[in-house]
Amino acid sequence: MSAVALGGQRGERPLFRAVELALRPGQLVWLRGRNGRGKTSLLRLLAGLATPAQGAVTCDGQTLRKVGAQWRLHLLYIAHANALKEDLTVGESLHFLGTLHGRKPSAAEITAALTLLGIAHLRHAPVRTLSQGQRRRSALARLALPHPRSVWLLDEPFDALDDEGVQALHKLLSEQSRRGGSVLFTSHQAVALREPEPQVLNLDDFAIAA
Amino acid sequence: MRALFLAVLLRDLRLAARRRIDALLPLVFFVVAISLFPLGVGPEPQTLRHIAPGVVWVCALLATMLSVQHLYAGDQADGSLEQLLLAPQPAVIVAAAKCVAHWLVNGWPLIVAAPLVGLLFDLSGPALQSLVLSLLLGTPVLSLLGGLGAALTLGLRSGGMLLILIVLPLAMPALIFGAGAVVAVDAGESAAGHYSLLGALLIATALGAPLATAAALRISTE
Repeated sequence: MSAVALGGQRGERPLFRAVELALRPGQLVWLRGRNGRGKTSLLRLLAGLATPAQGAVTCDGQTLRKVGAQWRLHLLYIAHANALKEDLTVGESLHFLGTLHGRKPSAAEITAALTLLGIAHLRHAPVRTLSQGQRRRSALARLALPHPRSVWLLDEPFDALDDEGVQALHKLLSEQSRRGGSVLFTSHQAVALREPEPQVLNLDDFAIAA
Repeated sequence: MRALFLAVLLRDLRLAARRRIDALLPLVFFVVAISLFPLGVGPEPQTLRHIAPGVVWVCALLATMLSVQHLYAGDQADGSLEQLLLAPQPAVIVAAAKCVAHWLVNGWPLIVAAPLVGLLFDLSGPALQSLVLSLLLGTPVLSLLGGLGAALTLGLRSGGMLLILIVLPLAMPALIFGAGAVVAVDAGESAAGHYSLLGALLIATALGAPLATAAALRISTE
């Protein structure tokens, strides 16, 4: 997946321009930048949820508009919002989100994913009873379901996680890289991941002066 | 595609079952609003029979507008809508599933309650049957049009009022043919023409509204 001369805006306000990015198999990219630089907007552009102001996002040389459905088959996007319903249980939420992407996870697979994130005991708990950290772990458990997508776009995945949660996420990111998947994530926190060490893309370098 | 349709449908039904009070509010509004008319107009049976089809249909329309306002707002607020649009299948499947779920939760109870509220207006047996049949054909049209309105106004300030202003004119044919069917039966005439037109309206809306809703959702989330 590549971004060529990509420009983004929020409403009428231009955010960044001429962003060049090539996400290769096994690569982890840490997207950095000050508040309001457009990190989330860039992730949404790459996911195909928004249209670039300039440039294009391509997948195997073809624009997302052409390969939309095919691209979404390979993509897992976890936004800042967790996409969990207050009135569903953690297990039900994970089952629904897994099914959305074409494969119903089994009960055992859901339990295994939650175990990896250290929240297997919350499987039957309604989402409304969870803390912010537990909600984030529940959303991230999608990364641990079988048959993972080859490209992960993660918006502030470390948000609200404690040390144990951070370690679990590091493990998932390393595994994704090892099996040839790629990850682009944003984070305001220091990322101590070393295996592999993520490359840094600083969106401040592409900012448009206000 | 079937798996996505069923997943969205069952999730929305499950959520409605867990928020019973929210799900029942449109029905309560429907019954209470209709009950006010005999009190306001007076107990004259002839007058009540005359206004009944229009009153029931207008209240069904307003009850649908009340319930449809939050059809996509919750999904947008918690991030679910983005995930729904990122499913590999076309977004039209999501739009169709959500409309079906909306009709089952909000439209179907109105149909069940219609004969009971029809008794308040001294409607005859054949007129009650006609009322139920017309609502059976017409309320899915209201859910489909309401879904389109909800998608078009998603995230807008005063979106609720705008939704009503968009959908009410579009729903007028359903209102006219639906109420007309009951009036025709009450007058001893055939309502076949009204049913046919309602059926045609349902088919046209079912074919067009989910496509337009899907496009509106993509624009709203940009």
